[in-house]
Amino acid sequence: MILTKAQYDEIAQCLVSVPPTRQSLRKLKQRFPSQSQATLLSIFSQEYQKHIKRTHAKHHTSEAIESYYQRYLNGVGRNGAAPVLLDLANEVDYAPSLMARIILERFLQEHEETPPSKSVINSMLRDPSQIPDGVLANQVYQCIVNDCCYGPLVDCIKHAIGHEHEVLLRDLLLEKSLSFLDEDQLRAKGYDKTPDFILQVPVAVEGHIIHWIESKASFGDECSHHAYLHDQFWSYWNRFGPGLVIYWYGFIQELDCNRERGILLKACFPTDIVTLCHSLA
Amino acid sequence: MAAVLESLLREEVSVAAAVRWIARSAQSSEVTAPTRPQAWPESAFRDDPGEAAALSSLRPLRKEFVPFLLNFLREQSSRVLPQGPPTPAKAPGSSAALPGRPGGPPRGGRGARSQLFPPTEPSSTAAAEAPSARRGGRRRGPGPGRERGGRGSGGLEEGVSGESSPWAGGRRPRGSGSPGSPSLARSDPPNLSNLEEFPPVGSVPPGPAGRTKPSRRINPTPVSEERSLSKPKTCFTSPPINCVPSSQSSVPDTSPWGHGLPPGCRSLQEEREMLRKERSKQLQQSPTPACPTSESGSPLPSRTGNLTAEPADPARVSSRQRLELIALIYSSCIAENLVPNLFLELFFVLQLLTARRMVATKESDLEPIPGALDSLESPLFQSVHDCVFFAVQVLEHQFQVLSYLDKGTLKLLAENERLLCFSPALQGRLRAAYEGSVAKVSLAMPPSAQAVSFQPETDNRANFSSDRAFHTFKKQRDVFFEVLREWEDRHEEPGWDFEKGLGSRIRAMMGQLSAACSHSHFVRLFQKQLLQMCQSPSGTGGTVLGEAPDVLSMLGADKLGRLRRLQERLVAPQSSGGPCPPPTFPGCQGFFRDFILSASSFQFNQHLMDSLSLKIRELNSLALPQPEPSDEDGESDVDWQGERRQFAMVLLSLRLLAKFLGFVAFLPYRGPEPPPTRELQDSILALRSQVPPALDVRALLQQGLRARRAVLTVPWLVEFLSLADHIVPLLDYYRSIFTLLLHLHRSLVLSKESEGEMCFLNKLLLLAVLGWLFQIPTVPEDLFFLEEGQLDTFEVDTVTSEQGLDGMPVVDQHLLYTCCPYIGELRKLLASWVSGSSGRSGGFVRKITPTTTTGLGAQPPRTTQGLQAQLAQAFFHNQPPSLRRTVEFVAERIGSNCVKHIKFCQKKSPGAVRALLPEETPAAVLSSAENIAVGLATEKACAWLSANITALIRREVKAAVSRTLRAQGPEPAARGERRGCSRACEHHAPLPSHLISEIKDVLALAVGPRDPEEGVSPEHLEQLLGQLGQTLRCRQFLCPPAEQHLAKCSVELASLLVADQIPVLGPPVQHRLERGQARRLLHMLLSLWKDDFQVPVPLQLLLSPRNLGLLADTRPREWDLLLFLLRELVEKGLMGRTEIEACLGSLHDAQWPKDFSEELATLFNPLLAEPHMPEPQLRACELVQTNRGTVLAQS
Repeated sequence: MILTKAQYDEIAQCLVSVPPTRQSLRKLKQRFPSQSQATLLSIFSQEYQKHIKRTHAKHHTSEAIESYYQRYLNGVGRNGAAPVLLDLANEVDYAPSLMARIILERFLQEHEETPPSKSVINSMLRDPSQIPDGVLANQVYQCIVNDCCYGPLVDCIKHAIGHEHEVLLRDLLLEKSLSFLDEDQLRAKGYDKTPDFILQVPVAVEGHIIHWIESKASFGDECSHHAYLHDQFWSYWNRFGPGLVIYWYGFIQELDCNRERGILLKACFPTDIVTLCHSLA
Repeated sequence: MAAVLESLLREEVSVAAAVRWIARSAQSSEVTAPTRPQAWPESAFRDDPGEAAALSSLRPLRKEFVPFLLNFLREQSSRVLPQGPPTPAKAPGSSAALPGRPGGPPRGGRGARSQLFPPTEPSSTAAAEAPSARRGGRRRGPGPGRERGGRGSGGLEEGVSGESSPWAGGRRPRGSGSPGSPSLARSDPPNLSNLEEFPPVGSVPPGPAGRTKPSRRINPTPVSEERSLSKPKTCFTSPPINCVPSSQSSVPDTSPWGHGLPPGCRSLQEEREMLRKERSKQLQQSPTPACPTSESGSPLPSRTGNLTAEPADPARVSSRQRLELIALIYSSCIAENLVPNLFLELFFVLQLLTARRMVATKESDLEPIPGALDSLESPLFQSVHDCVFFAVQVLEHQFQVLSYLDKGTLKLLAENERLLCFSPALQGRLRAAYEGSVAKVSLAMPPSAQAVSFQPETDNRANFSSDRAFHTFKKQRDVFFEVLREWEDRHEEPGWDFEKGLGSRIRAMMGQLSAACSHSHFVRLFQKQLLQMCQSPSGTGGTVLGEAPDVLSMLGADKLGRLRRLQERLVAPQSSGGPCPPPTFPGCQGFFRDFILSASSFQFNQHLMDSLSLKIRELNSLALPQPEPSDEDGESDVDWQGERRQFAMVLLSLRLLAKFLGFVAFLPYRGPEPPPTRELQDSILALRSQVPPALDVRALLQQGLRARRAVLTVPWLVEFLSLADHIVPLLDYYRSIFTLLLHLHRSLVLSKESEGEMCFLNKLLLLAVLGWLFQIPTVPEDLFFLEEGQLDTFEVDTVTSEQGLDGMPVVDQHLLYTCCPYIGELRKLLASWVSGSSGRSGGFVRKITPTTTTGLGAQPPRTTQGLQAQLAQAFFHNQPPSLRRTVEFVAERIGSNCVKHIKFCQKKSPGAVRALLPEETPAAVLSSAENIAVGLATEKACAWLSANITALIRREVKAAVSRTLRAQGPEPAARGERRGCSRACEHHAPLPSHLISEIKDVLALAVGPRDPEEGVSPEHLEQLLGQLGQTLRCRQFLCPPAEQHLAKCSVELASLLVADQIPVLGPPVQHRLERGQARRLLHMLLSLWKDDFQVPVPLQLLLSPRNLGLLADTRPREWDLLLFLLRELVEKGLMGRTEIEACLGSLHDAQWPKDFSEELATLFNPLLAEPHMPEPQLRACELVQTNRGTVLAQS
């Protein structure tokens, strides 16, 4: 799913201030029926993350935390079964899972002798049963299962998606009889930067030489692509030469501007792979 | 000197005798052999006792003859070539005073053009007043030069004029009729204000054409380096380490080393101030208002009228005999290498050939002065006819050299109508040479401009002292390439500046290189990248060989890109200026130079010098495989191609490395001018003479000469020396090197073709590079003539037992032109004649060929063949270099053997490759390497076959090879492990991520909030659990974290089922799941937990306060499903009773409604007390539970 910048902007425009709930996603799918669900979710998730990065700080002032906590206490005081925390998060335009973390942290500060460590909080978010307060446990759990952009479940889904695409890519490479070194093998050999796969014998795709392939199970928008270029793709180029990035959920067409330079973008496994053939011309 | 020339003209002395006389001054015994150029008249060899007498009296002046002759010719031509000295000539030594020279050079205004060579140091008492005598002799002469009266110091005038020519490094003359020349009335002064003819470099010329002739003027606004540094300040101090190099890239690169000067702390303001001063100085020194400097910009009448070429007519040549004689003696001097620069002379001759018209003078001047033919009284060139006649005469003598020029030049020469008109015979020979020329040899250089590849053997953690050093270097590598990419993108942007843009980033990066080990790592990266990017000709701005591109077809090309590039070329400074450009750092080399300057790190420089020196030694001593003596004629051809290619690669690498070594080694000493006083110079010499050279180049040169490898050693040595500072040639050590080089230069007589002699093109290459070196601004201009007396002091005892490289045809035209792009100026000059706009034209040939840097990423190859070649290159790129060497070696040997034995290649090559490569080489790499070796070997064999066997057989051979290869095929890559799937699994199960996502949605629906219309169907739940089973059984895409989450989610789902919290979708509205459906789903879950999950399932969560709490909220409370589930868990061994007990125990802490706690206790006590229950009791239990539920409901 390769989108032009204009198409992308149109979608991104519709995502401003939309809470990360399944209802929002449903509406988005209706609005853009021609786009694949996975692509839309990826775009939504990335846009939402950008939004959260921008506004993160204002939710973490001590005043804000205190105010959220009081509202939470008042809310559950009236009705512990109502989605107090989730509503609060949506109201102040913040991710439910992150709101749950704020409140949980604040709660633990109040109820524990020592300030809670990050690992304790993470563990409680992963398994709210460990939260000493039953009402809060339910509220936190509700936030987590209703958040489609943040939280331990979402993290796991993203991780799984990434892993699955790497497996998929590996199988495709094997199917094409292209020999490669994977990340683990590279690390074992002491490489300092490791793409998903380094081809032991380079191939050509659309006339471009490919030494390595990186799988990205996300949509390649400007922000993430530039970060990847800086942290990964150029570093790979600096060590292994030109390579291929597969954004399985598509990318903004205009970003595929470094082909001549040695970074080729594709939204799927290439079909026209030219290998070093040894028969005489 | 004039006396010698005159006696020649009077035929008192024969030319041959004169040449012998001159050459003997060099005492190079070799000249005794008959060394006549072709077309040398037999009469020239008459020897006469009278001659000796005539010449012996002039003995002390002998070595001044050649400079005199050359100056004479330049001076004579000044009326025909009035637009300046496109023939660069060495100005009299401005300040390059040699030790022993009485004083500074004379100063004053004078036509610098005519002063080609400076007075040499008097070598005898008789010659004590030689300089003045020579000048006096000239004064006696009747020529125009004589009338110019007081010779000034053209050189000095250069020094203060506020302009420097881009090719002369500020010391070369510009403008023939230069300011201050009294002879201006006779020869039109070049109109320096005419911006059309003399556009400042850096400005966009108004017309589409650029100029062939070397730009003589630069836009002086940014005061050039030598200008700012001519102040007696920092000449001999090294740049302060922490001094930030000033912004320089907006300044046209006029000095040989561009930014190599002490990092200035100059501001633009300072520059402007200096400029003002210079300008006023210049105005004071130019008495002739007719020659304003360009910046005054007064619009004087254009000289475009002069551009129309006057037709040349052989019938109108005046004093034919005199011209013939001078042409002969001039040619002889060229042939004997008595002139410093062969190609400079050829350029000059071609200028005469293409002279447009004589500058208008008094009518009487055009008439031959009667009776003056045998003297120098009358002008040598009285008309364009004379010039052309003279030029064609010289060209006839130089035919052999011409015939070795590239095809494009030959074509232009052969098509020159003047040449045809004056010598149809020569034209015929040139045409034949053109038609027979194969000077379009492709070097097939790898287009590789990639990053240096990461090699675990040298780059992994084991090679670093600490984790920190390892990670620092990781970052540095990335910063280095980031900087390189940014430079690529931006260095051509107007106003972009290397130091401003990248300097601080580079220094920050260098600052992190604390450990010496890190330095060596970085230097290795730097040097490798340098070699990769700059080694190929395209990286250095090479020119296109062969036919000169047709302007019309170029302009007619509809490709906008071409026009854009053309425009870029017009705006960009010319990469090669004139036949003697100063050393420059074209293309990507500029990046590396600027990097060194901006880094300004002495540690880095030291490590770099060490590394460059080592690599130079290694490559210089590389045993280039010599082709076996062939018993078949054709075979040697097959081998020589590879031989030449390898030689070219090594030579170009060496030149590049040596240039950078010279740059870094002499960087601390570099200044624009020699020291101002003798005392200062002596003290500097004393200091410098004790510093050991960075690399013992003298020893390497001596070895090279002895082993007959001069063709390899000298070209890189020249590059190294070209970046030396002014003091270097005065140091004993380097002086002896120059002596050796002069000796070598003299010995490279092209017409000698005997057994054991150096190959012609090898000689030509050495002559070209040495000639160029002798014109470098830092090399004292009189060195060439000064040293000749000492030539006999060194004898090269060549160990000629085996044939050295010198005797092998390792140089071809392509390499010659790649190393010496300035030879291409000949073609440009001729092309500009064709284009008919010699005044400012000619650049079009070069401009069509963009000399932009090679992009970091390679261009996509257009043909399949190109792509395959690129793939092979890319393959080798990321492999250790030894792999490539092995493959090439095998291909070379096997290919060669195959030709001998006509067997074939695919059987032998793989075995050989396998035997030579290390055992741990991966199978795929090995297979590719083998295949490439087979391909190469076959190719070599086929190349031989194509020359020797009919096409039919060739096809047969190829087909046979292909068949065999196809039959072998690439070995099937090993399939990946099954990751726990059954053998039959086709991996069609749903993806784990999809399932987690789906279950998460169900959980979200269950815990709410939800819309009234939301819910799930029981079928969907069943399907979901079915899919979960498939996924858990396939495992292809499953990773442990995903499986753990699936396990946890499945337990959560069970809790919701038990608590009857799943909203079921269906007609008419949301309702609860039926008991039977719930139980079926729980059964499915139990089975998954028992059989399919491979991670521990957190079943205790079922009894967590939160999940049990779900039950507490329901009214009436439904316990039966929970009890059923727990019994099943125990039954299936998924949970033990004690475990359940423990969970229940922890529940006491929770705050439940009182009745709930009681119910819990009531229910679980019997469960825990029950003995092991067999399967049939389940149903009974169900009944019990139903009853109990009813009871509970009633209570």
